[in-house]
Amino acid sequence: MVDIPEHLLIRSAEARAKALGISVEQALAEMKGETEPTVVAKEPEVKVIDETPAPAAETPAPAAETPAPAASKTDTPEEVDFAPEVKVTQRLLTVVKAKPIQKPVAEPVDKVNTWPHLMLPEFVSLMAMTAFLILLSAILQAPLLEEANPNVTPNPAKAPWYFLGLQELLSYWDPQIAGVMIPLVLGVVLWMAFPYIDRNPETHPSKRKFAIMFYTFFLAGAGVLTIIGVLFRGPGWNWTYPWIDGIWFDDLLDWIHFE
Amino acid sequence: MQKLSLRDKIKEARISAADSFRGGKLMSSIFRPGSPFRKGYVDSPRNRSYVVMNNVLYHLHPVKVKRHGVRLSYTLCLGGLSFFLFIVLTITGIWLMFYFRPTELAYVDIQNLQTSIAFGSLVRNMHRWGAHLMVLVVFLHMSRVFYHGAYKAPREFNWVIGVILLLLTLLLSFTGYLLPWDQLAIWAVTVGGNMAGYTPVIGAQAKFGLFAGLEATTATLLRFYVLHVLFLPFIIVIFMAVHFWRVRKDGGISGPL
Ligand code: HEM
Repeated sequence: MVDIPEHLLIRSAEARAKALGISVEQALAEMKGETEPTVVAKEPEVKVIDETPAPAAETPAPAAETPAPAASKTDTPEEVDFAPEVKVTQRLLTVVKAKPIQKPVAEPVDKVNTWPHLMLPEFVSLMAMTAFLILLSAILQAPLLEEANPNVTPNPAKAPWYFLGLQELLSYWDPQIAGVMIPLVLGVVLWMAFPYIDRNPETHPSKRKFAIMFYTFFLAGAGVLTIIGVLFRGPGWNWTYPWIDGIWFDDLLDWIHFE
Repeated sequence: MQKLSLRDKIKEARISAADSFRGGKLMSSIFRPGSPFRKGYVDSPRNRSYVVMNNVLYHLHPVKVKRHGVRLSYTLCLGGLSFFLFIVLTITGIWLMFYFRPTELAYVDIQNLQTSIAFGSLVRNMHRWGAHLMVLVVFLHMSRVFYHGAYKAPREFNWVIGVILLLLTLLLSFTGYLLPWDQLAIWAVTVGGNMAGYTPVIGAQAKFGLFAGLEATTATLLRFYVLHVLFLPFIIVIFMAVHFWRVRKDGGISGPL
């Protein structure tokens, strides 16, 4: 409940004092709960309407001559009767919190011009990436093995590196689980739904430790499985050590064969 | 007045020619007011706004952005670099298309490209390493977004679009993998396609649709080629457009933390 402004309290206390024939100070003290109320009669409840009006049942009917206090269904009618012999002239029904009609939607934020503060760094990183890619391509020759031959199966046959984690899983579990259910259900459906599952509105890492942990474990798991798939699997998908048996992966690591 | 040396005269003529060219009709018809390429550009707040506002770039960037968002350490430019790698791949890919036929000749075409066409090897390498790099960079971008909690309201849906972009990136890379038509290509795709065969209920159909048959053949090659050079790029461009548009409509970059 909001603080009722003093001048409204006084106005209400005056009305109450007049109605009950007591002094204004006493009425005020009663209203603030400092002394016991003079009459047995129950107070008409002071409702504060803040933005959304409460459901009809809870709002005291403003037009009622003898107001029925809201949340007191057990009250007998006599108790409700509020000093009937005196004509009530004025009561405080609601205090509507003062608010501007137009709400500012956004606080002003600290902004800078896109040109040059964003576009220059973008341009620089774009140039750096181009340089890196050209250099890489000048040094490393992309693999081209013998022509495709459906009759000669290489052993092992490996998927592209980004699927090797899955291929590794496939060697542990039933293909329906590892090959389809995990990528499709976990990888796509759950991953897309993730923002709707994680309802924690915090963005600071210290306040979303579980989410951070979850993703870090996922990264670590995917990384380990991929590295195993790329480096530690040889013919027949048997475990091999790259420093002993060489690397059985012709794509990325074509240029560092150990044999 | 002091007599100018020939050298100074040439220099002066050059400057005034450059000036009248930059201020001339042609240049001002190409570059809109506020462009740094027009004559008389001065570095003022007004012109800084015009550079974006009067430019096709206004479709990508707002005039002003949050101060913390331009710190390279926030986004690491990873989303921008994903997009840039896509552009590089499009350019090198179109170039490769001049020399490549998705038939039994595919392998020979790649061999010829590498041995007898100027820059053939370099461009092929750029396309291939660039594709690997793009998968990596998109993945890193996703991780950056996750660690910043940048998928939270109101950006939930942009995350959904992002996952679709990741899938499309993987599919583009995977369909491209088959095209050189060597032993690496055909068997990697066979391994991948066989996984599709384990789909419950429609496994056989999924595999048949992917391979255009029961196993990887030149029919598969043609299918992957069309997906790779036309269908998937078309789709990914649409999703990227929505992705970038949502970044702006969701109030620019997220944060600061
Ligand atoms: C082809 C792939 C993609 C491209 C070209 C791309 C591009 C971009 C760009 C340019 C931005 C602006 C901010 C930044 O650079 O970090 C951005 C933001 C964002 N991206 Fe991506 N993106 C891609 C994939 C993804 C993926 C895989 C996800 C997540 C699954 C994702 C989710 C998001 C989200 C949530 C934002 C808003 C981040 C923020 O406001 O801080 N995007 N993207």
